[in-house]
Amino acid sequence: MSKEVNFIFNQTPQVLQKKKYCRFKKHGIRHIDYKDKDFLLKFVNDQGKILPRRITGTSLKFQRKISVAIKRARHLSLLPFVADGLK
Amino acid sequence: MVFFMDLNSQQNVSGAAIPGAVADMIRFPERFFWFPFVKYQEFSYFCTPLKSTYTMNHNHYETVIILTPVLSEQQMKDAVKGYRELITGNGGEMVHEENWGLTKLAYPIDKKGTGFYHLFEFKADPEFIKTFELAFRRDERIMRYLTVKLDKWGVDYNDRKRKGEFNQPKTVVVEEAAS
Repeated sequence: MSKEVNFIFNQTPQVLQKKKYCRFKKHGIRHIDYKDKDFLLKFVNDQGKILPRRITGTSLKFQRKISVAIKRARHLSLLPFVADGLK
Repeated sequence: MVFFMDLNSQQNVSGAAIPGAVADMIRFPERFFWFPFVKYQEFSYFCTPLKSTYTMNHNHYETVIILTPVLSEQQMKDAVKGYRELITGNGGEMVHEENWGLTKLAYPIDKKGTGFYHLFEFKADPEFIKTFELAFRRDERIMRYLTVKLDKWGVDYNDRKRKGEFNQPKTVVVEEAAS
């Protein structure tokens, strides 16, 4: 393989996208607080919907905990059920 | 001969070891005596009674209530005081309390845009939660309530939060920006 082709094949995937990671596993967070509304806003889109983990990169274990925490926050009116331009 | 048992941990506190037959009588009281207050579950004869009614079985709970903004400051404090006494009067133990004051709601509840938030963190018997939540449902001053049982990570998180461990990195950033 010529040098040019090798250059292209090695470089393009890295340039296009970074590897996603689970931020809870990386920082060792064990408990997700449903009262921490600013933190939960990171896992919600601007309509107030829970983002899928293929976008946020969280592992399944913590995605389940996040969804429970967001639903609790909604019940306590800390987060809206439906919103328009949350962020 | 007298033996001393620690009721919470169910362990032998006295120096001497308990003979096997006596230990069985303590572990499985319903095999030896008839207790009207031992809860009989299905096949309880063959299973160990995990939670006996005569030992206190305390869990760690956290409750957030939202009170109506119609109340005055004094009325709100009276209502909160009533629930605090309900917890401590029923064998519960207060761990922490937090008043968030009059806070804006994310969406209106009962046509009201604001509410008094109050947080209780306490240790109590699981049976107590039923009476506690029944009192909330009967009370017109309370718009919403949520009770959550905390696991060990939750208890640890709240301990660290109270010590202020989570706010430290933010203050460091502010200091750097100022300098």
